[in-house]
Amino acid sequence: MDPLILGTIIKIVLVLAIVSALAGFGTYLERKVLAYMQRRIGPAHVGPFGLLQIVADGIKLLTKEDIIPQNANRFIFMIAPAVTAATAFIALSAVPLFPTFTIPEYFPLVGGAIVPSTISDISIGILFLLGVMGSGLYGPLLAGMAQANKWGILGSARTAVQFLSYEVITGLSLLAPIMLVGSLSLIDFNNTQIGGVGSWIIWQQPVAFVLFLIAGFAETNRTPFDLLEHEAEIVSGYATEYSGMRWGMFFIGEYANMITISLMASIIFVGGYAPLGFIPGWIAILLKVTFFFFLMLWVRASWPHVRPDQLMWFCWKVLMPIAVINVVITGIVVMI
Amino acid sequence: MNGDVEMNEKQRYITLDLGGAPMTPWCRFKRVVKRTFRIELFIGLWVTIREMFKTLFMGKSHTTKYPFEKMPISSRYRAIHDMLRLLESGHYRCIGCGLCEKICISNCIAMETRYDENQRKEVSGYTINFGRCIFCGYCAEVCPELAIVHGARYETASEQRASFSLFEDMLTPIDKLKEQKEFEGYGAPSPWADKNIKKTPLAY
Repeated sequence: MDPLILGTIIKIVLVLAIVSALAGFGTYLERKVLAYMQRRIGPAHVGPFGLLQIVADGIKLLTKEDIIPQNANRFIFMIAPAVTAATAFIALSAVPLFPTFTIPEYFPLVGGAIVPSTISDISIGILFLLGVMGSGLYGPLLAGMAQANKWGILGSARTAVQFLSYEVITGLSLLAPIMLVGSLSLIDFNNTQIGGVGSWIIWQQPVAFVLFLIAGFAETNRTPFDLLEHEAEIVSGYATEYSGMRWGMFFIGEYANMITISLMASIIFVGGYAPLGFIPGWIAILLKVTFFFFLMLWVRASWPHVRPDQLMWFCWKVLMPIAVINVVITGIVVMI
Repeated sequence: MNGDVEMNEKQRYITLDLGGAPMTPWCRFKRVVKRTFRIELFIGLWVTIREMFKTLFMGKSHTTKYPFEKMPISSRYRAIHDMLRLLESGHYRCIGCGLCEKICISNCIAMETRYDENQRKEVSGYTINFGRCIFCGYCAEVCPELAIVHGARYETASEQRASFSLFEDMLTPIDKLKEQKEFEGYGAPSPWADKNIKKTPLAY
């Protein structure tokens, strides 16, 4: 078989397996961090430091009854979680995860091969990411519409409103760095920031960075904008009628999205996998992604939700004008 | 009706200065800018991270690992009964007077006594039916020898409705006589009561 295709398949399997496992580990981290911030200790009894709680949760999810409501549209109800998880993982296919590395010589068959750590190095990486993240809207939307439940309908209405609005902010906030770098490839983004902390794009585009983070929180449905499944208002939103592993797939999709947004923020704004002083590149990007992931948990522990009308007001009357002004000023500066 | 109004005037409510709602677009804009650039959001972040470090490294967690650790209960709490022993001889304190059986308002105490070889009264059978017991505490209150008291075992779940407890089960084990705690008496404040005293908030 063609080594390129074979390598791609191996990388796909690796990314799927590792990111799914990380999604499980993310739930553990979230529970631990939230617990510490609320002066609790979180899961502590199952296994060392409660680490086997993930396995217990997984077994619970897999063995639960898979309920499909009577009046639901069966087919769409059944594929909607798969759509969510699939879009989250498809987005990861264009993100370079680590620096390009060479497999050591002592490995049989593949020793000495140079491996680029992205599944597919497409030149329009950011555009592809934005597109796939935009189609991530369909998972919650279809799930909420198919389940014949009022809370589901409300959840999908909020999905449509929130995701569509904050797509605009993501796009506009990324436009300014794209103008600076002059490329849509994430690898080019990484290569322009190769010269240490001073060359990070965050120093040139702090406003775009903040806008991208805010929009990223909204697109991954994290807490200040956690309106799609806000328990206090709409039970569980689009996921109300789901149970068992179908619900678990929504969860995996959400955590994979969080990882994707953390990766995007790390690569576009804070230097990606460029080596950082004595820290090699692959550790640098792990640290950055971990920080952004932790930031999402930290914010969830600290800040309250916003109301849906505040969300819309914030998006269209505050963030979008700032994003447009940022793009215009960047354009003028680049032109001069 | 008039009386109510006068009462309200006499109470003199303090209204908090909330600044009022902004009327003009310019005022609204100013409020947005003020809220955006005030550092209150970051104070929130600081508070949570501070608590996280306290919990992680300074052991300030509030978690009680319940089945393994238990919160101390107040001495006023009426839990499962204990039968105490005399500290000097190790003999049980109960003199078989039967007052607890007599006063029990739910008829859950059953007591049998006889004379032993020294012509001393001895308890030959003593059960409390915890399916009937309402934990009123009369038995402990009436006991002249402080023999039956309420202990610290508050988990009273059981597999059957009538769950009898025998005298021997409630009696302090002879090897744990040193750890036997004297009953503080009803109305006794908890040993940590001083710590729970707080100032009454009088501002409102």
